[in-house]
Amino acid sequence: MIEFQLDARSGVSPYMQIVQQVRHALRLGLLREGDQLPTVKEVVARLAINPNTVLKAYRELEHAGLVTARPGVGTFATGSLADPALAEHGPLRRELRGWIIKARRAGLDEESIEALFRDAVRSARIEGVA
Amino acid sequence: MSAALATRRLGKRFGRRWALSGCTLQVPAGRVVGLVGSNGAGKTTLLHLAVGLDEPSEGTIAVLGEEVAGASSQLSRVGFVAQDTPLYPALSVEDHLRLGAALNPGWDATLARDRVRQLALDPRQRAGTLSGGQRAQLALTLATAKRPELLVLDEPVASLDPLARREFLRSLMEFTAEHAVSVVLSSHLIADLERLCDYLVLLAEGQVQLAGDADELLASHRRISGPRRDSARLPANQQVVEESHTERQSTLLVRTDEPIIDPAWEVAEVSLEDIVLAYMRPDARPAADGKAPKAGR
Repeated sequence: MIEFQLDARSGVSPYMQIVQQVRHALRLGLLREGDQLPTVKEVVARLAINPNTVLKAYRELEHAGLVTARPGVGTFATGSLADPALAEHGPLRRELRGWIIKARRAGLDEESIEALFRDAVRSARIEGVA
Repeated sequence: MSAALATRRLGKRFGRRWALSGCTLQVPAGRVVGLVGSNGAGKTTLLHLAVGLDEPSEGTIAVLGEEVAGASSQLSRVGFVAQDTPLYPALSVEDHLRLGAALNPGWDATLARDRVRQLALDPRQRAGTLSGGQRAQLALTLATAKRPELLVLDEPVASLDPLARREFLRSLMEFTAEHAVSVVLSSHLIADLERLCDYLVLLAEGQVQLAGDADELLASHRRISGPRRDSARLPANQQVVEESHTERQSTLLVRTDEPIIDPAWEVAEVSLEDIVLAYMRPDARPAADGKAPKAGR
């Protein structure tokens, strides 16, 4: 069964962290169709977290068609994010890795690479807006 | 559903000093509400008014749809864990449970016994010899075994070590998950708030500085930074909460319901802690009701 972790320093809200961890597990195949998610009470007892937060995350996942709540039984994974997404992103990931290697060879350190990447994402967005 | 807590122009004066004034609030039921503010901001005063330990000097306060007026029917619907969790030091754990059963018509003896067992407390041990964490857990047991509809806690974990604090908050959240209960919790530990609370009330100098749904607050606040700019020249729908400027750069915490599209700004999300700290500053501008001011106001 999937076990949630909360990172207080990530700047991502606890509810979003739970949603992302389920999506991530579905994408990597750690969570498969039919697998049960921990109950709200289990998550609450483990993480000392507001039950409304867990409910909200589960509702959003249900809305996205990724899980189904069976009243009195539990919440189960129904959707999958595994293969198509990975297959689609594989070539992109390879290209990006190639680009990072080139950037390293050009003498950029990790911080500069990240700054360059963020800057490029931002200017692409600005061009999209304009 | 009626509000867990509703106040109108509520004020409380001690001698010449107003501990709380002009406090108007509407806190929905079924939430875990974080009450924050500096020392002396009026948190304890508000909580004491809510549980009927004090009477308002002006205005009204209603809890679970009933005006607080020392009515015993209403007091039985509210559980209270006071600051430093006072107990009777000479009485045993068992005595405390017996006392709870005698004083509270809706006492849930099974819940109380199960909790004591779960916490591995010796029923015969005197409360005075319990550790701080155990005392807090016993006080929480007494408050929850009343099966309250509203649970009020005043700085319950302030004096606990990190492990005892986590254990206490787990117990509290477990109880919240199992029973339909509203919780109002005052705390200085704002780092805990993000995982505990879905509603926030911030007091400053006896007044409501900020109140609203935690998700709405997170969605409506952004930190923006970019080339130095006068904050007066921002769009009317962006309210500046906090600003700092260097020679070349401006960094602002703004509140807005609209997306920030100005490409000159780097826009970042903020944590609940960032928001609380910004509004706690003495020069912060109040913004109650969880809504950003409308353009042109």
